[in-house]
Amino acid sequence: MNGEMSVIVRTITRFVYGLIVVFGFYVIMHGHLTPGGGFQGGAVVATAFALLIVAFGAAGLKGKLNDHLLQSLEEVGALAFLVLGFIGIGTAFFYNIIANSGAVFGSPTPIGPNPGFLNTGGTLPWMNWAVGLKVMTGLASVVLVMLVGAREEEET
Amino acid sequence: MTAQAVIQVFILVLILAGGILAVWLRDLLAAVIALAGASLLVSLEFYILQAPDVAIAEAGIGAALTTAIYVIALRRTRRKEKE
Repeated sequence: MNGEMSVIVRTITRFVYGLIVVFGFYVIMHGHLTPGGGFQGGAVVATAFALLIVAFGAAGLKGKLNDHLLQSLEEVGALAFLVLGFIGIGTAFFYNIIANSGAVFGSPTPIGPNPGFLNTGGTLPWMNWAVGLKVMTGLASVVLVMLVGAREEEET
Repeated sequence: MTAQAVIQVFILVLILAGGILAVWLRDLLAAVIALAGASLLVSLEFYILQAPDVAIAEAGIGAALTTAIYVIALRRTRRKEKE
């Protein structure tokens, strides 16, 4: 096996993984308007990471995608979700304090039928980003740890 | 039967065929591919039943990530099942 796969797989991976990452970020970004959200978009981005890991091997990605970085980012996602839950604690846990406040994702929502506006939703889109970060790095680190563990066992 | 019912029965039969193939095949890599195909068809069925949310999660995790993990595990173990 020795790390990377054939040149066909590596070329197709270079073409495709950027598109998959952009689609995953789109699903996370529009989580409060369209189907999907943090978990689904994070899983889509994690498949792009899994494609990179399987195509280039753990050795081909050395330094760019190590499991230490991925696990740190996973903890950042979890902590960001908790902080977002706690910023409305003056009223209630998970209170939506950003909605209609004019901050990012905080513009007032118009009443009545409308196509859906991206800059609304309050804390919900921020929580989608936190969950998306946690899911994409968590699932990528699962695949990476699996591959690195298999390699170490092979060498000994 | 309406056209949609015919399509649904067709997809369900294909899902069943994929599951039976995954159990019956002796080549474990082929069994993993059959499982991934069945998972992709389940995702299509979710989309037809108007649950695009679940369809995205099923396509991402069921068809892609578990297949990658199974293939990595197969590299370290035997490819053929023992008789």
